[in-house]
Amino acid sequence: MSLAEPLVRNPSPLWSLGLLRSELGTVFRRWRTLVLLGVLATVPVLVGIAVKAQTHGDQGGHGPAFIAEVTNNGLFLVFTALAVTLPFFLPMAIGVIAGDAIAGEASAGTLRYLLVAPAGRTRLLLAKYASVMVFCLVATLVVAASALLVGAVLFPLGDVTLISGVTVPFSDGLLRAAAIAGVVAVSLIGIAALGLFISTLTDSGIAAMATTVGVLITVQIMDGVPQLHAVQPLLFSHYWLSFADLLRAPVMWDGLAKDLGLQALYTAVFGSAAWARFTTRDITA
Amino acid sequence: MKQRREAPPLRAVAGDGRAEGLPAGEAAIATRGLTKRFRGGQLAVDGLELTVPRGSVFGFLGPNGSGKTTTIRMLLGLIEPSSGGGHLLGEPMPRAARRVLPKVGALIEGPALYPFLTGRDNLVRFDAADPTADPRTRGARVDAALERVGLAAAAGKKARAYSLGMKQRLGLAAALLQPRELLVLDEPTNGLDPQGMREIRGLVRELAADGTTVFLSSHLLDEIEQVCTHAAVMSRGRLIVQGAVAELSAGVRGRLTVTTPDPAEAARVLKEHGLSELTSDGDEVSGELPDGAPDLAVLNAALVTAGVRVRGFGRQRVSLEDAFVALTGEGFDVAG
Repeated sequence: MSLAEPLVRNPSPLWSLGLLRSELGTVFRRWRTLVLLGVLATVPVLVGIAVKAQTHGDQGGHGPAFIAEVTNNGLFLVFTALAVTLPFFLPMAIGVIAGDAIAGEASAGTLRYLLVAPAGRTRLLLAKYASVMVFCLVATLVVAASALLVGAVLFPLGDVTLISGVTVPFSDGLLRAAAIAGVVAVSLIGIAALGLFISTLTDSGIAAMATTVGVLITVQIMDGVPQLHAVQPLLFSHYWLSFADLLRAPVMWDGLAKDLGLQALYTAVFGSAAWARFTTRDITA
Repeated sequence: MKQRREAPPLRAVAGDGRAEGLPAGEAAIATRGLTKRFRGGQLAVDGLELTVPRGSVFGFLGPNGSGKTTTIRMLLGLIEPSSGGGHLLGEPMPRAARRVLPKVGALIEGPALYPFLTGRDNLVRFDAADPTADPRTRGARVDAALERVGLAAAAGKKARAYSLGMKQRLGLAAALLQPRELLVLDEPTNGLDPQGMREIRGLVRELAADGTTVFLSSHLLDEIEQVCTHAAVMSRGRLIVQGAVAELSAGVRGRLTVTTPDPAEAARVLKEHGLSELTSDGDEVSGELPDGAPDLAVLNAALVTAGVRVRGFGRQRVSLEDAFVALTGEGFDVAG
């Protein structure tokens, strides 16, 4: 086609990755993102200090999972911190980033410029979802790394006694901690897809973030009401804490498989819904 | 301004594209029955038949709320038409968006920026969104675009610190990141001071001279009159008129004004020579020239021969505004 010839720059398919890189740069250069990560990083510090201060007092055996083990082995602070942040702090941070993904661009007006660039609606949505998933991983790793650091400073490190009573070397424990961080990050992609879908529904970033966080709170409440046990296996957060099964020998895969399956289901359903909505919608903002 | 340096690639691109690729006269923008009815039932654009010739500087006029922006958004694939459709650079929109839009630079309803990024990083971001933009030349192209709109010195500042005029310039720079065949500029001088407006007009002329088709929407008539070769007017979602600016104003007969201490006698002579709608205000007499206006020298001589002492004699320039008032029968500042 001679018309296009002067402008064909032999685009390489790899250039498409530029959008993802740009997306990541945009997310992680925002103050808001850094503040969220900062808050997540402080949680293990607070938990660590609280445990340290309570060491000489009476431990009533209550509190988040593994908290009793922390004084013996700092590595357990990683599991405790993840167990503490997974119900609300982590998904809330994901909800903010995912909810803002499309709606924030719409309210700033930058969405129209990205689309006439032309980013392509499907491509932009994929880049957005990928960057939210990267944020899930980074947020989880920030909690885990902060907890490991605090644990190492405040408590002894050593061989790990698993839930099933078996003791494994520290290196094995560290490997399991990494696997748990991975599972926690993947556990968050369901709400990430949900947040992204909500984000395609509105032109207000704040509304999308608030709605996503509202859905999260509602789901967490529903998961705690015994009368709703029939629907609970379908709630994205229902199997979240099954990551603890990685601390058994042998590992119990049942809950983990259900959790990951549920996340895949949410990604498929809300990812498709977001795509259907975003590719057909009029961009008037 | 020192923009000439960056100009050559642009000239080469747009020039070649026009010269070899297309049958003469193929339109840069063509719509057929383009219609948009919003969900509320409001008819924003109604059966638009718009033709923007290649190489023209096309003024798209209309009061606020007349459907200009909706039209632009449909052309660029942001809004789905309710019926009808449009071609951009000869290809159907929005189907060919991926192929066409890299050749189109756009400024739509004012600039939109990431306030937490620097001006430069904003451009890098928009460039990265274009899958046909070569990342190896990105830095150089961003610098050239910043230079071109006069923002090179403020490139490292966060966009939230920019004034409205600077934001507008940055938005223009984003439209100039690549050599373009078509520029769609929606109210490009909004928020600029008179000096900035002059610079933008200069830039538009320069781009047009390089062969880029410029589609310029505005509610400022004199702005259109100063730079555009063609114009179209919208009112309440409908296209009222389109054509070359010279033709549009040629349709309006001019007025002759004579300044004299003998107004009554002057009016009589002018009437004899076919002028109509004569008005006199103190020592000024003016009237509408008839079709096939008589030679003004003959008219002046007739006045003098009749003993009218002439102090001033002149034809009022027909402005585009006069043309539009004549064509639409309404003033221009009505909203919606």
